[in-house]
Amino acid sequence: MASNAQDNNAPLRMEGKKEEEDEEDYEYSPFHGIEKGAVLQEARIFHNPQIDARKCQQVLTRLLYLSTQGETFTKTEATEVFFSITKLFQNNDSNLRRLVYLMIRELPPDSDEVIIVTNMLMKDMASNNELYKSGSIRVLCRILDSSLLQQVERYFKQAIVDKAPVVASAALVSGIHILKENSDIVKRWGSEVQDAVQSRNPMVQFHSVALMYMLKNNDRLAISKLVSSLTRGNVRSPLAQCLIVRCVAQVIADSQVYAGQERPFYDFLESCLRHKGEMVIFEAAKAIIELNNVTEAELAPAITILQLFLSSSKPVLRFAAVRILNRVAIEHPMAVSNCNIDMETLISDQNRSIATLAITTLLKTGNESSIDRLMKQMSSFMSEIGDEFKIVVVDAVHKLCLKFPSKFRSMMSFLSSILREEGGFEYKKAIVNAILGIVRTVTESKETALTHLCEFIEDCEFTYLSTQILHLLGEEGPRTSHPAKYIRYIYNRVILENATVRAAAVSSLANFGMKVPALKERVRTLLKRTLFDNDDEVRDRAAVYLKLLNKQEEESKTPQVLRGKNISLSGLEQSLREYLATPMMETFDIATVPEKELAPVVNMAKSKDTSGPAALDELTLKSDFEETLSSIPEFADLGPLYKSCEPMDLVEKETEYTITCIKHIFGSHIVFQFNMTNTIEEQVLEDVSVQVDLAEAEDYQEVCTIPATKLPYGVVAQTYVLFSYPEGTMPFGRMVASLNFVVKEIDPSTGDEEEEGFEDEYPLEDIYLSPQDFIHATKISNFRNKWEELDPETEIADEYGIGVRDSLQDAVEAVVETLGLAACEGTEAVPPNARSHVCLLHGKAVGGMEALARVNFGIDRNMEVAIKLTVRAANADMSEALHAIVAEG
Amino acid sequence: MVADGKSNCMPMVKAMIVLDSEGKRITVKYYTKEWASSVKEQSNFEKSLFTKTCRTNARGEAEIIMFDNHVIVYKFIADVFFYIVASPEENEIAMAQVLAALTESTSILLRSNVEKKSVLENIDLVLIAMDEIVDGGIIFETDAQQVASRVTMRGKDDGFGSLSDQTLSQAFASAKEQFSKHMLR
Repeated sequence: MASNAQDNNAPLRMEGKKEEEDEEDYEYSPFHGIEKGAVLQEARIFHNPQIDARKCQQVLTRLLYLSTQGETFTKTEATEVFFSITKLFQNNDSNLRRLVYLMIRELPPDSDEVIIVTNMLMKDMASNNELYKSGSIRVLCRILDSSLLQQVERYFKQAIVDKAPVVASAALVSGIHILKENSDIVKRWGSEVQDAVQSRNPMVQFHSVALMYMLKNNDRLAISKLVSSLTRGNVRSPLAQCLIVRCVAQVIADSQVYAGQERPFYDFLESCLRHKGEMVIFEAAKAIIELNNVTEAELAPAITILQLFLSSSKPVLRFAAVRILNRVAIEHPMAVSNCNIDMETLISDQNRSIATLAITTLLKTGNESSIDRLMKQMSSFMSEIGDEFKIVVVDAVHKLCLKFPSKFRSMMSFLSSILREEGGFEYKKAIVNAILGIVRTVTESKETALTHLCEFIEDCEFTYLSTQILHLLGEEGPRTSHPAKYIRYIYNRVILENATVRAAAVSSLANFGMKVPALKERVRTLLKRTLFDNDDEVRDRAAVYLKLLNKQEEESKTPQVLRGKNISLSGLEQSLREYLATPMMETFDIATVPEKELAPVVNMAKSKDTSGPAALDELTLKSDFEETLSSIPEFADLGPLYKSCEPMDLVEKETEYTITCIKHIFGSHIVFQFNMTNTIEEQVLEDVSVQVDLAEAEDYQEVCTIPATKLPYGVVAQTYVLFSYPEGTMPFGRMVASLNFVVKEIDPSTGDEEEEGFEDEYPLEDIYLSPQDFIHATKISNFRNKWEELDPETEIADEYGIGVRDSLQDAVEAVVETLGLAACEGTEAVPPNARSHVCLLHGKAVGGMEALARVNFGIDRNMEVAIKLTVRAANADMSEALHAIVAEG
Repeated sequence: MVADGKSNCMPMVKAMIVLDSEGKRITVKYYTKEWASSVKEQSNFEKSLFTKTCRTNARGEAEIIMFDNHVIVYKFIADVFFYIVASPEENEIAMAQVLAALTESTSILLRSNVEKKSVLENIDLVLIAMDEIVDGGIIFETDAQQVASRVTMRGKDDGFGSLSDQTLSQAFASAKEQFSKHMLR
């Protein structure tokens, strides 16, 4: 035979491409310089009455190669190629036929051309050659429309139970493809698919299980039945087993589990941990870890298995394990801490993704004692990884610092050292944000952090970061022990930087001048120099601040503009608009602009604080309220108390007075209950009341105020304000509130209070009323029935984007809380990895008016969440009110 | 919603990419519409993926990386770089098996002589092999021997028995014979 003479090491087919081997440099390619037009010309040989199979294969290969290189064919070109290819069915060369199949799938024919190849493909489907059968099935499923599919359906059904695995798989996979558009057809294949599940071939089993699952996907009961039969049967294919694990996870997620009850199918998942296929073990471990409210006991076996993976020689296994452990570490750091030793080894892993995941896991599970060591290990590691990994690490360090504030020193020095190294904007921004975050929560870290940041702006190429840091310096610098040392850093910016940074530096300097009297003269000198800056904004700022400094001297009090940072921007806009509408005879008074509600600085220390006054929390019980309120004569005939809202704080923590407000909703009245504590030992307050401005809450009428007669130090006292509102409505409102009282000093030596007091006023946060205050979150068991019961006329649907969220679960929780409704039928839990979710909500308002909401959530790849809110309620006004909550929020 | 459920359950491959040692495309197959908008987008993705991975040592064992919100398993043989792209929720180990099916079947088909030149010369075989491993994103076959024998069109009926029953050299000899048969026809 000719082939015997061939070199044994040569690839299977060398011949055929010889003519292109003229220039055999290292860039050699058999496709060197080929060009679409020429190849299309060559394709004419397909029409030759005598088909040269070898030559045709070459041409087809070139066409396919062009297509994989991204070459596109015009409609005419594609049609021409398609027609000529149909000729090749006359030849029986099997390799040629396979290429023909590929080519038809690459250039799918138009629906009116399909008929030309259908017959030939049908013939192949009926042939004895199983690879022809398989190939033709896979082509047919892609080109046939539903009417043609119905004609060949019979053959597909036969193919599913064909004894050749390649044919059965082809038919099953085709079924999966067809299912998307022609599910009715595939639904009729049920019994054949069921037979195929019993196949001895692993791939056939896998494909049939997949198709089976998809056929029943919309029917929970059927799925749950299918899963229980599959988990009992013996499935050989690891892929099929993985699929079953995923289905089981889905079934578990869909079923309600009550505390103390055994989780269904958990045993099955656990048994899969002992499967011999790593793929299955991993899938099962992942499924266990992603169970809703998984317990530590349930986690333990999965974590043990993953721990073994950590020391595998295969990077893929190590990666898979560390990635999933990293995820568990967020909620169950303790469960993962057993793996810490293996994780530390992984820090030096060649694969940087694995190393980063290991580091961030350690940062989550680490305890206080290991932090110093970890920081040291990381410093050397950071230079070896890419920016996007570094950002992940920085975020993890930030979180860790919030967890162990006492260790801020080593973490801060780590952050500042990486801040000095090379890095892109996003990375530097992450570091600066982490430092700023730490400063905000760990007060002791402030001076160290400011020094580090000062050094950083000396050599910072990012305007955005410089301005942010300069602003922070202006805020925090004057309050440190040596404010003077920051002046030099800031003034250097005025000399060296671009206009934006210079302007920020000027503002920052001015802040020092106003807040630190000792520095005022020096700042003034510096500001005077900047009056000659060549940028308008810088000059303007310098001039304004100089003037303010002078004015401040005259009036010897803090000028109003300094208050600027607390002004709500929307309020300012509104005030300015109103001002523009007047003849503008008087100067605009910024004091009339309402102050901004202080942005809730979420931090751990504070959230702990709120749980402090336990006595207050107990008071929130509704029955207690009812009793207390009805004992007050003014409130006796308001009718039954419908709802008491969560207490909200009206002042910042750790100020002179602590004041919370609880809103009590009655049929046509609202009572504001203010719980007040006086935290100043040398003072006693008398005749304390809260004054509320109803300018922005026109639907409410003040009825009466019940002041507290006396508020001594450390005692909780109440004052009330009663409002009426039109029955059956749920009006929005914003009320500007202030605390009015008479202060009497207490002589610290005797403990006696002075006779004469003076009246004073203390501004409080604004109080908001919104429809959700009027609605009780109530769960119902049969959402659908209720939905049908309500008048469809009241239905209002609209779509809202709610921005970027950490996860879908996060978004669901936020929306449920904003709406103040209760999620029914367990829809508050989002299955892991879901990209969309439907939440069913129910609530009852005063007078038993019901509201139902169906919220469809969708999340895209950038974690942007969009919702569609569909509301039905007792009346259309109420539906609108619910939409208003979302629109306002 | 339904579509989501499906993709959640089926292990799916998003793309198979074969590049040369300079990051140039040898052949690719994208199975999702994510990159469908333009060839440019695809080649940008391939370029940055290559830059990201080319310095790693993915020769002995398959390597893995999270890149651009995909999980990617890859392996380099000589100057041929193989990549399998999947969603970040995908089972990495299943994807590694698909990668193994691709690299090993290529190796069998090219008689252990995997390099850019031979891959290009036998690109038709590689294309058919890829098609036998993944069909429209669904894993079709992961047994490299099976794939290779299907590519060379030797089903059970033609009297050679299955490839796995033979020694490798026998397999090569019979494969070659099989081929010359086709060639001579």
